[in-house]
Amino acid sequence: MRISYLDNSATTKVSQKAADLAYKIMTQYYGNPSSLHSMGIKAEKYIESARECIAESMSVSAKNIYFTSGSTESNNTVLFGVADKLKRRGNRIIVSAIEHPSVYESAQELKRRGYDVVFAPVDKNGIVVLEELEKLIFNDTILVSVMYVNNETGSIQPVDQIAKIVKAKSNAYIHCDCVQAYGKLLLKPKKWNVDFVSVSAHKVHGPKGVGALYISDNAKFTPLLYGGEQQRKIRPGTEAAPLIAGFSAAVSEFDINSNLEYIKELNSYAIKKLSSIDGVTFNSNTDALPYIINISVDSIKSETMLHFLETQNVFISSSSACAKGKKSYVLKAMGISDNMIDCALRISFSKYNTKEDIDALSDGIYEGLKTLARIKR
Amino acid sequence: MKEIILIKLGEMVLKGLNRKSFEEILIKNIKHKIRSLGAFSVKIAQSTIYIEPLSDDIDLDEVCEKISQVFGIAAFSRALICTKDMNTILNVVTDYVADDLKFAKTFKVNAKRSDKKFPLKSPEICAEVGGKILETFPKLKVDVKNPDITITVEIRDFSACIHSKTIKGQGGMPIGTSGKATILISGGIDSPVAAYMMAKRGLTLSAVHFESPPYTSERARMKVEKLLKIVSQYAGPIEMHTVPFTKIQETIRDKCPEELFTIIMRRVMMQVASALAKEDSSHALITGESLGQVASQTLYAIECTDCACNMLTFRPLIGMDKQEIIDISRKIGAFETSIEPYEDCCTVFTPKHPRTRPILKFVEQAQKDADMEELIKKAIENTKTIIIQ
Repeated sequence: MRISYLDNSATTKVSQKAADLAYKIMTQYYGNPSSLHSMGIKAEKYIESARECIAESMSVSAKNIYFTSGSTESNNTVLFGVADKLKRRGNRIIVSAIEHPSVYESAQELKRRGYDVVFAPVDKNGIVVLEELEKLIFNDTILVSVMYVNNETGSIQPVDQIAKIVKAKSNAYIHCDCVQAYGKLLLKPKKWNVDFVSVSAHKVHGPKGVGALYISDNAKFTPLLYGGEQQRKIRPGTEAAPLIAGFSAAVSEFDINSNLEYIKELNSYAIKKLSSIDGVTFNSNTDALPYIINISVDSIKSETMLHFLETQNVFISSSSACAKGKKSYVLKAMGISDNMIDCALRISFSKYNTKEDIDALSDGIYEGLKTLARIKR
Repeated sequence: MKEIILIKLGEMVLKGLNRKSFEEILIKNIKHKIRSLGAFSVKIAQSTIYIEPLSDDIDLDEVCEKISQVFGIAAFSRALICTKDMNTILNVVTDYVADDLKFAKTFKVNAKRSDKKFPLKSPEICAEVGGKILETFPKLKVDVKNPDITITVEIRDFSACIHSKTIKGQGGMPIGTSGKATILISGGIDSPVAAYMMAKRGLTLSAVHFESPPYTSERARMKVEKLLKIVSQYAGPIEMHTVPFTKIQETIRDKCPEELFTIIMRRVMMQVASALAKEDSSHALITGESLGQVASQTLYAIECTDCACNMLTFRPLIGMDKQEIIDISRKIGAFETSIEPYEDCCTVFTPKHPRTRPILKFVEQAQKDADMEELIKKAIENTKTIIIQ
């Protein structure tokens, strides 16, 4: 039976090219990239060309790209690294109220360690309220972290405007978690004037376990890890050559504009189908990235619907896959009621999806609404 | 010279003529528990079980770890065996106990001489060994009343044994000496503790778990499997029956008064569990109920649940506080798994205001009206069984 995988914001299918290249390096070019001999050099070449490929994808120079184990590491590196390095310059860190847990929880931890951490509020569309953000910035602010595209709702932040406001009032570094935007929207860290950008391979049809961090020339921070000379000691440790090469293979297949056109079409088809079902409401705003649709299905608990859809071979997510069993603080920050949050579902597309997947989804939800037990209020 | 493990038996030493059968089962359980670690000789003499590794590469720490999970053992210790000769004993004793004495201020020597042919008497052995230890560790003092460390030298029939540290065992009765019972397990904190407590009294376990997809997830079942695996470290292999329960829950919701939902559901669970228990020759059910913990565990609610089937039901947690239950859960290593947040069907089915004083005849009537006999039969038929070990 056909599988309708509509959980691409959780992770994606690895592209054939990426898988093939990773396999080839695992089995043929398995030398340690730091080894002096030719086996090592071959592996190193793959890493350096991957660095260039990823740099090019966001119009920056290869020397500013560092490979990590994924965006959780990238995000932790920035938050803890900047907080430590600049602790004498200032104490204030601002993150938006809807950041991914790898930023949000790191910020909470910094707060426990004595930093003056504040959370910038968002409006009902999930967009940071710029006037409010401006009020939070003082000249002792050392870091502002705002994601480009939210992982639960697809809301898009005006990163360039945020950067302007921050830089006008302080010397703070700006970090932008671009995991959900990468490969879907153009990233322009230099043009935006942001200092750090995190991306991840497995959200863009690359392998799990690898990500990258863009670090601007003048950004200073304390590294998270110590041990080797690799990646200029900023991120030591033997580079995961197969994963890094697989990552670059996936990135080389980016076709941002034509994919976006296609996904827009799927998105409007989905919205048409879903809005014809009584009991479905939309939590994502209309300006959100079309790759993600967040809905609530009246009185059917998220997990119940999710598992029911699973029996129909439709795979989606109850808000964020990283927060099993917890209420979504993202939807809460957008002012969505607890009742609706209990019933929230995230549908997320990739270029591999078709209208049939959406038919299966909407048939499933329709069927589920007819038969499933409802939450007692 | 070789290290072995000495095991002191638990309360089964109080048994009379049938004591031997308890000992045999315990030895069988011990052998089963440690067989993956290598070859051993396990024998019993004078109320002590001796585990002797038959090769040099066996790690006795691992053996002790396993032994510490076996019911029926009051205490155990590692011991050095050497030839029954005072010179040899004096030569090895200081080295062997040096680690244990490192942080001690006082010690005493205890000698047991079951081989009466040995030339020195017990007090003489104590004096010699004590003298040697004082000579080697001049800062130590002898304290016969309340020593930090007691060094025991036993002169047994086959050799001499030296040991200094006694580790407390699980206690209880050997698994398999008390028959078989069936635990109703949900995935929370209580039921694994109840299972552990009854296994401690020598019961072999079966388990019944009710699942309600899509209201419960596959991960919830995997969690129960994980919990049973933890319990099985103590209780041995457990047969796990998973009962498909969705239809029954939906029927109760549709046909019974809302405030009686949980009571009736629990009654049906008891009925299904007792039918499955009978099939695999269990003689009792075990539940994790604790009086007054939740609405369905008030005196009146448990009374209604208990009447649902005519099988003996053990509720070992009935008089315990939640914190006491959590303490045991942590001790057996189940707590971290028990609190994993996988969905259960509570918010969907549980009544907002459950009846805390249900009246049996109304409950019975409501259940009868829902007419679930066919569904129950079907659920039992479609139950899947796996063995957790």
